[in-house]
Amino acid sequence: MIERVPPAALFISGALVVPFVKGWYRQVLVVALPLLGFMNLLSMPVDTRLTIPFLDFEIVPLRVDRLSLLFGYIFHLITFIAVIYMYRMAETVEYVAGFIYAGAALGATFAGDLFTFFVFWELLTIGSVLLIWARKTREAQAAGFRYLMVHVFGGLVLLAGIVLYIGESGSLEFGRIGLGSVATYLIFLGIGINCAWPVLHSWLTDAYPAATIGGTIFLSAFTTKTAVYALARAFPGTEALVWIGVTMAAFPIFYAVIENDLRRVLAYSLINQVGFMVVGIGIGTELSINGAAAHAFNDVLFKALLFMSVGAVMHRTGTAKATQLGGLYKSMPWTALFCIVGAASISAFPLFSGFVSKSMVMEAAAQGHLTAVWLVLLFASAGVFHHAGIKIPFFAFFGHDAGHRVKEAPFSMLVAMGITALLCVFIGSFPEYLYRILPFPVEYEPYTLSHVLSQTELLFFSALAFTLLLLSGLYPAEIESLNVDSDWFYRKGARVFYRIADKGFNGLNALAERSLVNGLVPLLARLVTNLPVQSAVVFMSVLWRISGLRPDERLVEEKRIRKAFGTGTFSIGVFSLSLAFSVGLLFLFIR
Amino acid sequence: MKKHLFDRPRNVQRLLRSFYGFLILLLLVDVLVVKHGYFPWEEATAFYAVFGFVACVVLVLLAKYVLRPLVMRREDYYD
Repeated sequence: MIERVPPAALFISGALVVPFVKGWYRQVLVVALPLLGFMNLLSMPVDTRLTIPFLDFEIVPLRVDRLSLLFGYIFHLITFIAVIYMYRMAETVEYVAGFIYAGAALGATFAGDLFTFFVFWELLTIGSVLLIWARKTREAQAAGFRYLMVHVFGGLVLLAGIVLYIGESGSLEFGRIGLGSVATYLIFLGIGINCAWPVLHSWLTDAYPAATIGGTIFLSAFTTKTAVYALARAFPGTEALVWIGVTMAAFPIFYAVIENDLRRVLAYSLINQVGFMVVGIGIGTELSINGAAAHAFNDVLFKALLFMSVGAVMHRTGTAKATQLGGLYKSMPWTALFCIVGAASISAFPLFSGFVSKSMVMEAAAQGHLTAVWLVLLFASAGVFHHAGIKIPFFAFFGHDAGHRVKEAPFSMLVAMGITALLCVFIGSFPEYLYRILPFPVEYEPYTLSHVLSQTELLFFSALAFTLLLLSGLYPAEIESLNVDSDWFYRKGARVFYRIADKGFNGLNALAERSLVNGLVPLLARLVTNLPVQSAVVFMSVLWRISGLRPDERLVEEKRIRKAFGTGTFSIGVFSLSLAFSVGLLFLFIR
Repeated sequence: MKKHLFDRPRNVQRLLRSFYGFLILLLLVDVLVVKHGYFPWEEATAFYAVFGFVACVVLVLLAKYVLRPLVMRREDYYD
């Protein structure tokens, strides 16, 4: 018996069993899988390593250290929460895809070598795209296809990098890589595509709002966080990441302010939060890596909570558009409450989870005297409160009453949201439990008077800005519209390319048809058909002239010859003579 | 039809008033407490309050008057 079961193996084999189990047994199975996995994880001591020799290399399907354990815990936790949330609502494909996806994230997290890492990295794409397609709308189908194209491209970039890197270093080990050769840049970029770096990000905001209600919970947790893990593993302290992260934290908040689809608002704020993590990894001190890891842990929870509450609204009202929502606190009070807890957590209110992790990254930036970075992150902190903290709860549950009189969210959804909300408050109030499982020892204290006061001031005066802008009518009204982002380049750009190809190649085609098919070929055919008869007529008319035939007699003779050629009825001598003549002509031309 | 909490303008007024009251309280505490920070401006009076307010106003106005005219299209733009 294998002593250690790799977490991915448990989830993926579970995913393959799910379709064959029905009813209550299935419910028990999907809830039991993450629980069993979690116990399996708890039984693994730090620094466990499972190795399999393969040719000249060593495959390491299981490498347990503090960094991979932290991501392992949260991935199990969120799978558990998601299956409760999806109870009775999810279709078979969502469970299968969800467990493959979660298993892939766990596989990549616990991979000790680049080969295993790559295999699971690709599996992430497969699991996630199924969750998008499971929505079964045309929009989801198209968005899923674009999503797939981007990730297949990203996977190829990563693969090219890995192959080159193995050639250079001679080792499969998945450890610190750092930027240096072309190979390392390719790996960096390949991970960056999954991490939703600026300009490479639009697969996320395009596809996540198109997925199924339950699927979005999985999506918000795994792809970007696995990428964050991979960056923390391979590129800690890479300065480029600081600037990439700062951009990620800042630009999506502008889009989030004017976006109408609340799930897309959350997708933008997801990028904004991952920005904080990327900055933390880029700074590369123990405090900042701890901050990035802790924030990833918290973000999985509060972002899932927000997606779950908007998902519940969508489940009941059929829409997630701000223009069609409002006043739902009347009919969905519990969902409203849980949404507010998620909003307070992502905004980093004292006593909520974001407060104890985001500030670690800010503190690390300040310690490193990165003034500009610190100022932009502070701006992003105010901004995230503005668009995720206030906008989501306000437009969905308060604001203008859209007149929906629906039932409260199903009980299973409330349970899942309740557990998540409790965890957010628990971590925010007792951060030492989270700090204990971070990669490095923590000496950070979030609850100083200065910190509590300054953060409260920042948030409440941001709220004042929102209030005054809204009361004065300056706040941009929600409009049913679409905002162009960098996916324009492959959505419209692809169309421009298509048009060029259409006009160019089809034009060439038409020209070829006109000149070759309709012009040259019939000409040749006529020539070949007429050559013998024409040459016979020319040849014979010379003879007729010599023999002194009158023009009208010549005309009769010519008609006879043409008729003979047309019907194939003429004396053999004339035929062979004219044939010999035309072959002779052809021979002359061809030579 | 049942009247809900914020259907009554009086309740909205109450909420707003207590919100403004809390803001004033925060500023009072800010003046009294000695703050610590890595940057000199962190110790200035009400730095975070002013920053938060200005940041959000700038954010909203830029998004509304600069970004939206640039990127907003009809919902069927890609169809």
